[in-house]
Amino acid sequence: MLDRHEIFEKHGWLLSIGILVAVSIGGLVEIAPLFYLESTIEEVDGVRPYSPLELAGRNIYVREGCYTCHSQMVRPLRDEVERYGHYSLAAESMYDHPFQWGSKRTGPDLARLGGKYSDEWHRQHMIDPRSLVPESVMPPYKLLAERALDYRQIENDLKANRMVGVPYTDEMIENAKADLEAQVDPFSDNYDALLARYPKAQIRDFDANPREITEMDALIAYMQVLGTMVDFSTYEAEENYR
Amino acid sequence: MSEKEVDEHSGVETTGHEWDGIKELNNPLPRWWLIVFWVSVIWSIGYWIFMPAWPGITGYTKGIRNHSERENVAVAIEALDAARADDTRRLIAAPSMEAIENDPDLLQFAMAAGGSLFGDNCATCHGAGGQGFKGYPNLNDDVWLWGGSLEEIKDTITVGRRSEHPETTNTLMMAYGRDGLLPRDDITALVDYVRMLSGQDYDAEAASRAAPIYATQCIACHGANGRGDKTQGAPDLTDAIWLYGGDRRSIYDTIWNGRAGVMPAWEGRLSEEEIIALSVYVHALGGGE
Repeated sequence: MLDRHEIFEKHGWLLSIGILVAVSIGGLVEIAPLFYLESTIEEVDGVRPYSPLELAGRNIYVREGCYTCHSQMVRPLRDEVERYGHYSLAAESMYDHPFQWGSKRTGPDLARLGGKYSDEWHRQHMIDPRSLVPESVMPPYKLLAERALDYRQIENDLKANRMVGVPYTDEMIENAKADLEAQVDPFSDNYDALLARYPKAQIRDFDANPREITEMDALIAYMQVLGTMVDFSTYEAEENYR
Repeated sequence: MSEKEVDEHSGVETTGHEWDGIKELNNPLPRWWLIVFWVSVIWSIGYWIFMPAWPGITGYTKGIRNHSERENVAVAIEALDAARADDTRRLIAAPSMEAIENDPDLLQFAMAAGGSLFGDNCATCHGAGGQGFKGYPNLNDDVWLWGGSLEEIKDTITVGRRSEHPETTNTLMMAYGRDGLLPRDDITALVDYVRMLSGQDYDAEAASRAAPIYATQCIACHGANGRGDKTQGAPDLTDAIWLYGGDRRSIYDTIWNGRAGVMPAWEGRLSEEEIIALSVYVHALGGGE
């Protein structure tokens, strides 16, 4: 029987069909079950879609390739949990398209960064990393503080995310621009509406420059929300052992 | 495909393929490769039995080892907590943090725990040795914005300063120039007044002109003699220690734009015993009061 491979070697179409069958089995066994197995879909409280400003910051994070040096994935290992906090849950990146888990840690993991450092620290560190961490090899991102955030297309960003499954409502999309502007202005009339749409959103001028909304504002808003959404006091760890 | 053709030089069968007169020998796969292949196949069967493997309709085969990464880490953390339990219990139970400092064993534990916590959480802003940076206080000196006693340090770590914590302190240095509270002339005069307070060279005429302005605008936080007020985090202006710099330009910048450095709150992120250990560590760094 082992000699029958000759038949595949001599018939291109048969070989293609054979490859298709072999790869499909892999896909069906390894990927398809993740979509329907209850035990791989965890229920958590608190994860909400990114606010428009956070989403804009996420876009900058992706644009600058931060994921090439920073992971966003605290693995279930003792040392990592000791250093960074609770291990990451799948649900925490459910609204990330694409997810930013990364695979390389030239810099530290960022999955639980939110609230750990002040806005001012982020601003200063982004402008000149070595002024605060002398041994750092991170490149400076001074341009973020100087460039006004281009959010003309923010509604379309929300729409694109909705197409791939993020539950942005029509109301959220309609108010995307207003919400983005409101998140850097604690005195805005839109304050309560923004909080109603995006619970626990942090509202302040993130980059200490109230004159304009910069890319730095957006990126720091994103940094400060990382890993802060899940309410771990209500999370049933044992029910999600796997 | 009729008969196998045998190559006359090597005595091996050919596959019957031929390209421009070049033929392909039908050598068997190397023995070592085949052994690895079959061992891997047998290994996978063993793996299915012991470890989580095949998905089904409602669940997956758990394997007889009942392996779970998440359970493993929970067990590992529990073991770690158990190994530290005696010491952490004594940290919490100590009547005061001074008592911890007076107990050599407990102090050693607090310093070790505090040191590694400092490296993970505090060194990013305050520097690896607690030396600080511009805008981030030096923890090695005798000067404290919010007080350097054990309790005061613990309070600063727990609720932060100008943080998101509901009990944090929110006093700040106002932006006298940017927000139009004082004209530029007054601010430049105040720079000389502050330099006079701190014993640096100053313009006497400007300083005397600034005295009444200081008395109405600055005195509430920095005090009549410029000694500051730790309950408000107002720095002492008479010493040679500066958070943002004591040169003319920096002082001007401070008065014009205001200052409101943020210390994040660590309650929730760090446990009670971790905060105690950290307080003892920071207190021991330099000039704890």
